[in-house]
Amino acid sequence: MASTLAEKVWADHVVRRGENGEPDLLYIDLQLLHEVTSPQAFDGLRQEGRTPRRLDQQLATEDHNTPTIDIDKPIADITSRTQIDTLRRNAEEFGVRIHSLGDKDQGIVHVVGPQLGLTMPGITVVCGDSHTSTHGAFGALAFGIGTSEVEHVLATQTLPLKPFKTMAITVNGSLKPGVTAKDIILAVIAKIGTGGGAGYVLEYRGEAIRELSMEGRMTICNMSIEAGARAGMIAPDETTFDYVKGRPHAPQGADWDEAVEYWRSLRTDEDATFDTEVVIEADELEPFVTWGTNPGQGLPLSAAVPAPEDFTDDTSKVAAENALRYMDLVPGTPLKDIRVDTVFMGSCTNGRIEDLRAFAETIRGRTKHPEVRVMVVPGSARVRLQAEQEGLDQEFLAFGAEWRQAGCSMCLGMNPDQLKPGERAASTSNRNFEGRQGKGGRTHLVSPVVAAATAVRGTLSSPSDLDGTAAPAAAPAA
Amino acid sequence: MEAFTTHTGVGVPLRRSNVDTDQIIPAVYLKRVTKTGFDDGLFHAWRTNDPDFVLNQPAYSSGSVLVAGADFGTGSSREHAVWALRDYGFAAVLSPRFADIFRGNAGKQGLVAAQLSQDDIEQIWKILEENPGTEITVDLAERQVHAGEAGAVFRFDIDDYTRWRLMEGLDDIGLTLRHEEDITAFEARRPSWMPKTLPARIAEG
Repeated sequence: MASTLAEKVWADHVVRRGENGEPDLLYIDLQLLHEVTSPQAFDGLRQEGRTPRRLDQQLATEDHNTPTIDIDKPIADITSRTQIDTLRRNAEEFGVRIHSLGDKDQGIVHVVGPQLGLTMPGITVVCGDSHTSTHGAFGALAFGIGTSEVEHVLATQTLPLKPFKTMAITVNGSLKPGVTAKDIILAVIAKIGTGGGAGYVLEYRGEAIRELSMEGRMTICNMSIEAGARAGMIAPDETTFDYVKGRPHAPQGADWDEAVEYWRSLRTDEDATFDTEVVIEADELEPFVTWGTNPGQGLPLSAAVPAPEDFTDDTSKVAAENALRYMDLVPGTPLKDIRVDTVFMGSCTNGRIEDLRAFAETIRGRTKHPEVRVMVVPGSARVRLQAEQEGLDQEFLAFGAEWRQAGCSMCLGMNPDQLKPGERAASTSNRNFEGRQGKGGRTHLVSPVVAAATAVRGTLSSPSDLDGTAAPAAAPAA
Repeated sequence: MEAFTTHTGVGVPLRRSNVDTDQIIPAVYLKRVTKTGFDDGLFHAWRTNDPDFVLNQPAYSSGSVLVAGADFGTGSSREHAVWALRDYGFAAVLSPRFADIFRGNAGKQGLVAAQLSQDDIEQIWKILEENPGTEITVDLAERQVHAGEAGAVFRFDIDDYTRWRLMEGLDDIGLTLRHEEDITAFEARRPSWMPKTLPARIAEG
């Protein structure tokens, strides 16, 4: 029978088909762990006298609570330190591999997995973190789970799950210059809404998706959850294989050939049908930015702040009223007139080396707006090292940005990197919820190049707005 | 997990859609390593800053059935959102649509996530707001909500398996371990090149 990519990966992981309305029991190839959602899971194991079934399919790292400066000193916040210490103790007691703060392989869990070559096409990946959808960029079925499920996977290496529905998101054509993967996904979420993907696995396809690098694909799959979808996937191709090959945990020798042969079969059959299909024309897309307090409240950067009356249904009207009040925005204001206090460049959405390169390229030869604070935070310690080898850190520092250590940083208010009440940020992260980046903080989600242009002009801006603000610098050195 | 059949308690009308898990419990409360005591973080920003917020009104403050707008529990996978609702005293949440992960987490912790139509939710909001403090009954066996003195009855959706587990109060891990032989047989069939985190390999340099 003709199948979609998601259905193929699902079928290859069914340990036991559910009968009489029972869920299927699905095998989990890889579980990633971090300090926030694991303590209660390990505690549950202890209480029941259970042990992890497959230690060789678990990997822990520290990211949410970790500070991004002075990492050689004890963590000042006692509750954060306790949570990190708890993860370290649990890893030691149960024998789980861990990459702690200060380790070269520490970083945001969704940056570390792919970087080590553990994320591969066709596998199932879970983590107690909704942005696990990131790994779907490889053609893996990857989704976030709650702490009870983390415990379940530790104990059984499986999860009881009902099959998801499938949705095709086809992005035809090619992106215009200055338009990026982030703009595609923000446009997708604005189109289908924050609940539009509920119950679905999204499969991104079409020319514009094929043309993206692995890192761009990760940005897109990362935010599938923001459309309410459990997972997002992209069929693996040569771009995927090239990215995986040679990484520390990638298959080698004859194993590699066998793996690639299997991976090539992981594509939706020609005559397979999706439960829902959405089509987007890439050449119609512009740099996208959110104006509200959920990721679906976004518009092209050339638009103006909408009014509640612009929405037809009552629910959206009320949501817009609440959002405008929280964001302190007046309908009709051009989005490009909105001043920001902070630019945050980082997170599991846009904290990879290509993101940092794109940011660096946009600021090159230009000066930071004097009233804007700019934080550049690599997604992992390896990304930081790579950026330093390429000299990007020197460009960031010369521009007047802060160059930080790896972690989730200002994406969420769990570590010292937070907005103050009333502060406004252009952020390359994934959520603009009320208080997400700090109590009372206001977030506009943007791509790395929009973040960079905004850092120069002080108001939400696209790279094309920079023409004429400074002489373009010479071509990049590396 | 305690078995759930029916629950009666004060209904709380939360007239908001897209109540994300950062609103249910802010990230700062996620630093704890325990599984209980999260009630103080529930809807923290709204309870602290908005005197009109529904749980700040005495008639609703002891509520145990939350009646919310669509797309409840979106965003982060934090099970702490369910723990906070449960610790505050909520036994059930009613909404036209739940985020998938939230609904799954609720089912694991004995919190009923009941899906009703938008129209029914609007009607229940009216009933609760006309007589603040009105009790409503969530009958899991019959998949019904009973609200108000006029005895209005609304049907809700919840998947059969979750309903059965909640009514039996069953532990998921125990259920799965009944099939341990199947898991072992599956593992024996897996290709050797599937990812292994141990022994650890890292890049040079």
